[in-house]
Amino acid sequence: MKTHNSFEETFKFEGSAKTWSLAALAVGVIAVAIGFATGHVAQTFSNLLLMSYYFVCVCIAGVFFLAYQYVAQAGWSASLIRVPQAFAKVLPIASLVLILVVTAGLFTTHEVHEHGKTEVEPYLYAHWATHGLTDPKAENYDKIIDGKSGFLNLKFFYGMLVVFLAAYSYFGYALTKASNDEDTEGGMRNYNKSFALACTFLVIFGFTFPIFAFGTIMSLEAHWFSTMFGWYNLAAMHVSGVAVITLVIILLRKKGYMGWLSENHLHDLGKIIFGFSIFWTYVWFAQFFLTWYANIPEESVYFYIRWEPEYKFWFWLNIVMNFLSPLLLLMSRDAKRMTNRLMWVCILLIAGHWLDYYIMIMPGTVKEHREFGFAEVGSFLAFGGLFTFLMLTQLSKFTSLIPKKHPFLQESLHHHI
Amino acid sequence: MSNTKFILGLFDDPDEMMHGIEKLQKNSIPIYDVYTPMPIHGIEAKLGIKDSRLGYAAFCFGCLGASVIFSIVYYTLVHDWPMNVGGKPNFAMPNFVPFTFEWTILFTAFGMTLTFFAATHLFPGRAPRVMDLRATDDRFIIAVDAKGNVPHEDITNLLKEAGAVEIKHNKRKYVSYE
Repeated sequence: MKTHNSFEETFKFEGSAKTWSLAALAVGVIAVAIGFATGHVAQTFSNLLLMSYYFVCVCIAGVFFLAYQYVAQAGWSASLIRVPQAFAKVLPIASLVLILVVTAGLFTTHEVHEHGKTEVEPYLYAHWATHGLTDPKAENYDKIIDGKSGFLNLKFFYGMLVVFLAAYSYFGYALTKASNDEDTEGGMRNYNKSFALACTFLVIFGFTFPIFAFGTIMSLEAHWFSTMFGWYNLAAMHVSGVAVITLVIILLRKKGYMGWLSENHLHDLGKIIFGFSIFWTYVWFAQFFLTWYANIPEESVYFYIRWEPEYKFWFWLNIVMNFLSPLLLLMSRDAKRMTNRLMWVCILLIAGHWLDYYIMIMPGTVKEHREFGFAEVGSFLAFGGLFTFLMLTQLSKFTSLIPKKHPFLQESLHHHI
Repeated sequence: MSNTKFILGLFDDPDEMMHGIEKLQKNSIPIYDVYTPMPIHGIEAKLGIKDSRLGYAAFCFGCLGASVIFSIVYYTLVHDWPMNVGGKPNFAMPNFVPFTFEWTILFTAFGMTLTFFAATHLFPGRAPRVMDLRATDDRFIIAVDAKGNVPHEDITNLLKEAGAVEIKHNKRKYVSYE
């Protein structure tokens, strides 16, 4: 075992990582522009919403991961928390991007010809944000949407996005700052502060994240509702977020950074990924099962459209990628300790949860006109590049890749399971 | 011929005990087992103890639980007495998921616990097998089977050199049969 680690190791953001992330961003932006220019506007907007939501969720997962490590007073993770901290520091920008995309989608309108009528609808959230839906005198008055307008209105929607995301960003910033202060000051003051911050964050987060998911994603099909949806999204956010954290750590290790981490730390991350993939399946199935059992038309309409030929294959592939593959590939102890196996499962799950969000969003926005084109690939590349660039920039700003005065640091360096 | 069955080296420090294990291994003296009042990381690897097979038991019990409840519900609700519940087919897979899942977990949990108790001889009415009572308190004990060809003197000296605070030559394996 290597016993001498440099506590002054810093990450230098240069070379191929920088080139490739910027190249992906540039190519992605061009592809998204092509998507808009070739008339696939609704499809492109949906993909931008998908990826900006994914982007925000991965950054939130960084804050969430930090918070529950502090609340559990976990020792094993002390030497790897710089990575989720870098995620947390990107959250303000990610939130801004999400709000921009949502605004663009809400305030650009197009004419939709359906059932012999022509309506002017926004590209995103047409189910509740279309003008006239809540006006009893209007031709397109919708009583159900009017009944929900206390929640589904622009003021509440923006208030929710701004307040929630600002709160999550603040806690991410405060937890990172406390850790940086700890490096210079030492002592237990900052650790105790982080503990209090993390407890507060988790309480606020637990109550607000489902509402955030209801507003941002579930309201795309505003006639439908599911109380499981918030937990379903929480599970998806957590699995995909920890998969990205693990992937970043594995790639950093392959580049020669973070030599103090061993297969024991990866084993623990693998356990979280495995366990929460099962949890994701549990809530996914719970949502499906309740709807299937009750068989009430207003609820089953959601799965009805996902059962049509355009979506059925992807609907099933979602389960294969996000449940069966981690179940079979990560079950044994040895599998979680194989770096390459874990890396490929992470990549699979990142793609899998992209598909998961795709299945949540597309039937509500582009309905049966599902296509796969420039917009899908472009938005994934653009946001992947943007995230990598911003996250690695933040990571390079830390004075050390290890929180050298973390009270549990020794426990983490000698972690053995 | 001495009638010593086991030689115990009692240490008051886990690091010294680990050192003692190394010393015995270097001299090719087989160690019977090591008893400590608390878990010590890395000791399994050092002693070359095989991985636990409890996982296989868990898998078998899980499969048993799943097939037991699946058969019961299939027999009662599909084969023997089909009922129309909400117009659903009698053999609808989503129905079968929750209880199959629950029984898999139930059987796995109970099965693992029982397997563990059986394997470690921990069940009611069974006197615990202890070589020295202080292994449950403040002593770290290396037990060496005295039946080997190594002279008992050499084992005693090696343990003493490693820092054992007390060496015991026990005539019987366990102290707590009574």
